[in-house]
Amino acid sequence: MNLPETILVIDDEVQIRRLLEITLSSNGFKISEAGTGREGLVSAATHHPALIILDLGLPDIDGIETLKKIREWYQKPIIILSVKNSEDDIINALDNGANDYLTKPFKTGELLARIRVALRQNQGSEVDPILTFGTLTIDLANHIARKNEEILKLTSTEFSLLALLAKNSGRVLTHQSILKEIWGFGYIGQTQILRVFVAQLRKKIEDDPAKPKLLITESGIGYRFHE
Amino acid sequence: MDFKDNRPDPDELLASLKLEEEKSKRGKLKIFFGMCAGVGKTYTMLQTAHAEKLKGCDIIIGYVETHNRKETADLADGFELIPRKTYQYKSTTVSEMDLDAIIARKPRIVLVDELAHTNAPGSRHAKRYQDVLEILDNGINVYTTVNVQHLESRSDTVAQITGIIVRETLPDEIFENADEIEVIDLTPDELMQRLSDGKVYTPERSKEAIESFFRKGNITALREMALRIVADRVDKQLHEYMQLKRIKGPWKSGLHLLVAVSHTQQSAKLLRWAKNLSYTMGADLQAIYVETSYRPDLKESEQLNKNITLSRQLGIKFRFVTNSDMVKAIVDFAQKENITHIIIGKPRVRNLLTLLRLGNFVNRLIRYSGNIDVYILGSDLQSKDKFREKVSLPSFTSNIRQYFTASLIIIVTAIICFSIKEFIGYQVVSFALLFVVSTLAFFFGTGPILLSASLSALIWDFFFIPPPYTLHVDRPEDMLMLIMFFIIALLSGVLTSRIKRQEMKIRIREERTNALYQLTRELSTANGIDEVISIAKNDIRKYFNLNCRILLKNEDNKLDYPTQKDTTFTISKNDMSVAIWTFQHSVKAGKHTDTLPSAKYTFYPLKGNQMNLGVIAIQHEIIFTQGEEQFWEAFISQISGKFEREYLRGMAKQAFILNESDKLYKTLFNSISHELRIPVATIMGASDSLLTTQHTDEIRNELSYEIFKASKRLNRLIENLLNMSRLESGRITPRFDWCDIHDLINKVTESLQDELKLFSLHIVIPDDMPFVKIDFGLMEQVLYNLIYNATQYASTSTNLRIKAFYDNGIMTLQVMDRGPGFPAKEISLIFNKFYRVEGSKAGGTGLGLSIAKGFTEAHKGTITVENRQNGGAKFTIKIPTEIPQEELKGITTNK
Repeated sequence: MNLPETILVIDDEVQIRRLLEITLSSNGFKISEAGTGREGLVSAATHHPALIILDLGLPDIDGIETLKKIREWYQKPIIILSVKNSEDDIINALDNGANDYLTKPFKTGELLARIRVALRQNQGSEVDPILTFGTLTIDLANHIARKNEEILKLTSTEFSLLALLAKNSGRVLTHQSILKEIWGFGYIGQTQILRVFVAQLRKKIEDDPAKPKLLITESGIGYRFHE
Repeated sequence: MDFKDNRPDPDELLASLKLEEEKSKRGKLKIFFGMCAGVGKTYTMLQTAHAEKLKGCDIIIGYVETHNRKETADLADGFELIPRKTYQYKSTTVSEMDLDAIIARKPRIVLVDELAHTNAPGSRHAKRYQDVLEILDNGINVYTTVNVQHLESRSDTVAQITGIIVRETLPDEIFENADEIEVIDLTPDELMQRLSDGKVYTPERSKEAIESFFRKGNITALREMALRIVADRVDKQLHEYMQLKRIKGPWKSGLHLLVAVSHTQQSAKLLRWAKNLSYTMGADLQAIYVETSYRPDLKESEQLNKNITLSRQLGIKFRFVTNSDMVKAIVDFAQKENITHIIIGKPRVRNLLTLLRLGNFVNRLIRYSGNIDVYILGSDLQSKDKFREKVSLPSFTSNIRQYFTASLIIIVTAIICFSIKEFIGYQVVSFALLFVVSTLAFFFGTGPILLSASLSALIWDFFFIPPPYTLHVDRPEDMLMLIMFFIIALLSGVLTSRIKRQEMKIRIREERTNALYQLTRELSTANGIDEVISIAKNDIRKYFNLNCRILLKNEDNKLDYPTQKDTTFTISKNDMSVAIWTFQHSVKAGKHTDTLPSAKYTFYPLKGNQMNLGVIAIQHEIIFTQGEEQFWEAFISQISGKFEREYLRGMAKQAFILNESDKLYKTLFNSISHELRIPVATIMGASDSLLTTQHTDEIRNELSYEIFKASKRLNRLIENLLNMSRLESGRITPRFDWCDIHDLINKVTESLQDELKLFSLHIVIPDDMPFVKIDFGLMEQVLYNLIYNATQYASTSTNLRIKAFYDNGIMTLQVMDRGPGFPAKEISLIFNKFYRVEGSKAGGTGLGLSIAKGFTEAHKGTITVENRQNGGAKFTIKIPTEIPQEELKGITTNK
């Protein structure tokens, strides 16, 4: 990975683009910019960026539409950058193929972390069968999780949930996508079940279940497993 | 020194100014006035029009009758002509002036011949002058022609002179208010010459006309009358002019005449005479009718209605007063209205009784009227007529059954008396019968009473007075008693029935007053236009037994075709046009009126004090009597008043909202501009320092942290403003989803960890706390604001408690601090937008708590605050919520 990877920023605000350019290039990325959805589409096709940062409020084409159009052929990660108070839009974007999201105003450190997670997961490299998060280790092959070297008593559903979150660590998963993945289509909308299992899981894996550090709630969107 | 000398009477000045103003908006009316047909009015009118046309004036013919006179027809040729409207009325085709076409064409001047013309049935207005008034209302000037005999107040005199009764009359008011009058005068000889030349009528008709109407004597009299009228008018104009220009003059100011009118034909004459008098005196004139216990019969009611119509046509204000004492009513009214002269007709003497009563009337009027002059006008009806009229005894309106029942009761009483006459004696029988007759009078009309009085007298005479079974009376004292019996029975019967009638009148009045009271009461509690409509409809059905339909104006001040269907009261397109006319002119129209009488319903305007609100349509077969009409008008004026209040309240509410938002705007600017400037100043200052000065790493870090902190503060403010605007716009709809309270509190305390570091935080959540259904994002914001507030005002290292529990369908969240609490008198205000406790430290907009309140209320919950016993504040949020059902609990425990 000596070649700097290109990141395409589609945002109509010059100032935001400028900020991202400075931050990202100083972190070893190459930047291409687009101010409108149309420009963004063209730029994505010509530059083949390794990752796209997309603002949902674009002047010409609706952000979601832009996302769908890009996703028709583009396989690499897309991170949504959006203003707050638009949970529905964010969920909609995530359901339509966005990998992650960040609300404005954002901390650049957080953005860089999201970008790294997204790029790493996209590398397609074999997922290590044993994942380690501080004192927690998860053995995906043998369906075993250990906390402080002690084997945790997990039900099979609890383990599936833990495994799904851990495999996607650092990335947000919406309530509905988790429900679909673990319980199946019939359970979409049954968020109370998910809450029950998250609460149980936290009791088992967290040091202090009242102050979770691993299984983090994303208000109104879903859950994120700490990287 | 009298400084008033040069000042015009303010009342009159105001009146003349008002008249001026009214006139300037309207079109001007010019009348070509002549003494009779054939003087050349139409011809002169056309000539004048030609002159105007040459000056480039837009002038057209609306309606001109050339009477086949060639010269006139030639003159008329040069003008644009609005074709007459022909339409089918019943089986005949009629053609009339096309009013709507003229208004639509909107010329500067329109010529309309024969102002006094009566329109064919089916036209909008009964009379052409009403058409002309409407044209004038539309700002179009009108030239028209009038003959002297058509003036309402002169028609009597004309009939006397010529022997011809004029049917097409014109209200004097129209003539008096004309802007310009041009007299077309010919000497009688010239006119006769023109007639015999065949310039007026065809030769055959001329001959006939000369013999019957155009006699020299007639013409001279008519000519004098016409010239007199115009001369009077010039006089009056001069007077007005002097008044306006404050020229000192010999005018009398403040003469007010009152003419007392009855339901007789004589009163019509009285009205005309009074009008003439007021005209020459330059005084204003009102007419009064006093409703007493006397009940006019059908013919008299009709005459009364005619008199009222006449007085309106003559431009006399008609007042209607109810009082059993006619003299008192007139004098009271006169004193109240500053009347200077009362005019009455000489009372008609119909019999001895009325002579006494009415003679008394004149005497009393003169006695009580004090310094008011009283004019008594002679009656010239032939005296034969007076006595032919029926005796003023109450009418026999009782039905057959009443006669039968009364006779039966008398006979039964007589039979009972007959069986016991041995014990009581025949004299006592007379008292028994008398008693029965008087009692009957309470229940029956005058007829049955007269019958029972006579019957009982006969029975007593025949069966009881010795010698029995003969009508013969032996003893003179018995004879005397019989006569007295008959008179007493008769009198008591008649008097009782009169009392009863009076009582009925009072009862009707009471009922009406009561109905009005009921209506007012119901309306006062009504809320909203729809409720007012339904109350109005109900009460009109209740008190008038009528169905009605109320059409209200829309926001553009127009009358809409009602969208709601009402099967009992369908309004056709035709009816709608009448409704719109009524609304625009605020005069009643439709059935039983002069305007568009062919309509199915009668439309009354709903007039408020300041505006027209709509119309009310009713369907009634019988014309309202005067009293009913007055009652009806009082009724709908109550309703209109209420509509107006509702309407004004709506406007006031809007104004209030505007005002409030204005206030909000100002506060927003005051408080927000400060809150925005501080962080912006920090960011600018710090970043500028970073850009321009070489700092050590330590200072650079510090400055960067300051920038970060200021941006956070700015962000918080923007969040709050956005949330506030979401609340204000009412676009908050919570997305309810299951939520773990631990999760919620943890999320908030985490984002506030910097602030909370300085406090000792206690979170109390019971183990069995269920999941609750709330909007996570909104409640996060609520809790954030409450806790952030606490960290800002409580001193550091004090306790901060957050408590959550669930009980019986209600989730409770509490935030408790040990800060200063709130001043008792301000505690109720702290949730208000932009409210900040007096003397609180700088920073903060007063938005946080009001947002917390708004979001809580969006959850249908409540938020309260109280001061804690040992200091500090306690916020309590209560939200009704559902919790997961049993089966889910099964999942939880199933491990």
